[in-house]
Amino acid sequence: MARTFIFLGICTALSIVAFMVLGARGNWDFILSFRGIKLAALVIVAIAIATATIVFQTLTSNRILTPSIMGFDALYILLQTTLVFTLGSFGYVTLQPEMKFALELLLLSSAALLLFGTLLGRGIQDLFRMLLVGVVFGVLCRSLTSLLQRLIDPNEFSFLQGSLFASFNRVDTKLLMIAAPLVLGSCVLVWRKRYVLDVMALGRDQAINLGINYRRELLIGLTLVTALVATSTALVGPVTFFGLLVSAISYELVKTHNHGPVLIIAGLISITVLVGGQAVFERVLGMSATLSIVIEFLGGLVFLFLILRKVRA
Amino acid sequence: MIEIENVTFHHGRSLILKDVSLTLEKGGITALIGPNGAGKSTLFALMARLLPLQSGSIAFDGMDIRRTASRDLAKKLAILRQDTHVASRISVRDMVGFGRFPHHQGRATRQDHEKVARALEIFDLTDLSNRFIDELSGGQRQRVLVAMAYAQDTEYLLLDEPLNNLDMHFARNLMHQLRDLADNHGKTIVVVLHEINYAAAHADTIVALKNGQVAVKSKTDTFMTEQNLEQVYDMPVRIRMIDGLKVALHHA
Repeated sequence: MARTFIFLGICTALSIVAFMVLGARGNWDFILSFRGIKLAALVIVAIAIATATIVFQTLTSNRILTPSIMGFDALYILLQTTLVFTLGSFGYVTLQPEMKFALELLLLSSAALLLFGTLLGRGIQDLFRMLLVGVVFGVLCRSLTSLLQRLIDPNEFSFLQGSLFASFNRVDTKLLMIAAPLVLGSCVLVWRKRYVLDVMALGRDQAINLGINYRRELLIGLTLVTALVATSTALVGPVTFFGLLVSAISYELVKTHNHGPVLIIAGLISITVLVGGQAVFERVLGMSATLSIVIEFLGGLVFLFLILRKVRA
Repeated sequence: MIEIENVTFHHGRSLILKDVSLTLEKGGITALIGPNGAGKSTLFALMARLLPLQSGSIAFDGMDIRRTASRDLAKKLAILRQDTHVASRISVRDMVGFGRFPHHQGRATRQDHEKVARALEIFDLTDLSNRFIDELSGGQRQRVLVAMAYAQDTEYLLLDEPLNNLDMHFARNLMHQLRDLADNHGKTIVVVLHEINYAAAHADTIVALKNGQVAVKSKTDTFMTEQNLEQVYDMPVRIRMIDGLKVALHHA
């Protein structure tokens, strides 16, 4: 396992260096600070998505789920569509980024609180009922979105479409000041709960047997996942399969159930893929393709692979 | 001592347990038997705090399960359910090691490692200790879970139908292991059983539930009468003495 750590550490360092230096011309002071902020944003998003997915998969005891099943990204898209629909594309781009970010965070977290409210009932199947409510809620958001998109002016629609793909390029650096503490704080809490997560992975009955306050830990875990997902979605937009890609590779690499190493490995892989990928796309391919589409494509393939393997097993 | 007082439990509108009060002395094996739907598993789940109590109280040595922190209860009683699914790939040693979690909260000491090694040895798992749980047979997996409960080092051990899916070899082995835990390690064991003959052969006390109430509670020897079994299961059952053991001929 130590070798995996070193290898991934080197990969991460290389991708960061590549991102910072590749194709740099001109004033180094400017380049380093300009790219440094962008790098920080990418790292924050990478860690948020990796941690959220690993924790979510543990809480649901399911390795092919991602937090997007709770429908938050559909809600995000609905919000963007509604904004463009009501304000027009001009009004949309002139929105204060801090205001918009706050609105998005507020909406996503209140939706999460409502959803988790369904968990507070009594019974065993609560978690899966909650996930089902999330799925239905996501479908509702998607239907409303497509209704609005049909009603919208075609020019506005093409503008909207461009802004709905996750973009690791247009991260607003001012938002980082809010997002960074949120993500880092959540990650610290997850890290401190890593042993509890190990036990939670054994399932509800065993967790209770081993003295875990199951309901409380479940709610804390889901809240942390939501904070991470909401922040990363508000920063760069919805990503569905990226977390799945990262968690699948991590579990393949470190054949362990201990969350300590898994979380670190997942974080490193996530940073490598995101930062390295962005460096390649921005500097080598000259922005001619979009990283998020490629990542989602790969993630989708991994998802299919995992499902097919399950079916055959 | 396990004190169950006035426990009533509803599932939706149907009444599963009706005002059950029961005291189980410390030591020995108590078998919880009864027909399907008698409320055995519900009573088990309530004792194991897997279901929330609706009314009444349950206490282990005076520790009320509603007022005691789950973490402290985990050092008092271990529970073992048949349908424990193991999601991730966990080695036998790590799985047994989880039994120590209530004591160390994730940071195992040398003493914890020693207890795990001892549990592996007692249940003949040392050779398998690096294998993954999902590579084991049903009987071996069952043994791992019992070893884990042993490593948890609690005075009480509750098992819910542990013999399901075990062939006669493993079933008898498991009952012998439980007997050994009760006799030589001073554990108090409560086990939900389906097969009356296993209860008759291995338990000290039998508690029979019927329609959500305690129908009979007595020492095994006095329990095994045709009259009692007919009362509990609503069918005539012959009992014969074979090699000094009372056997219920309920299957033919």
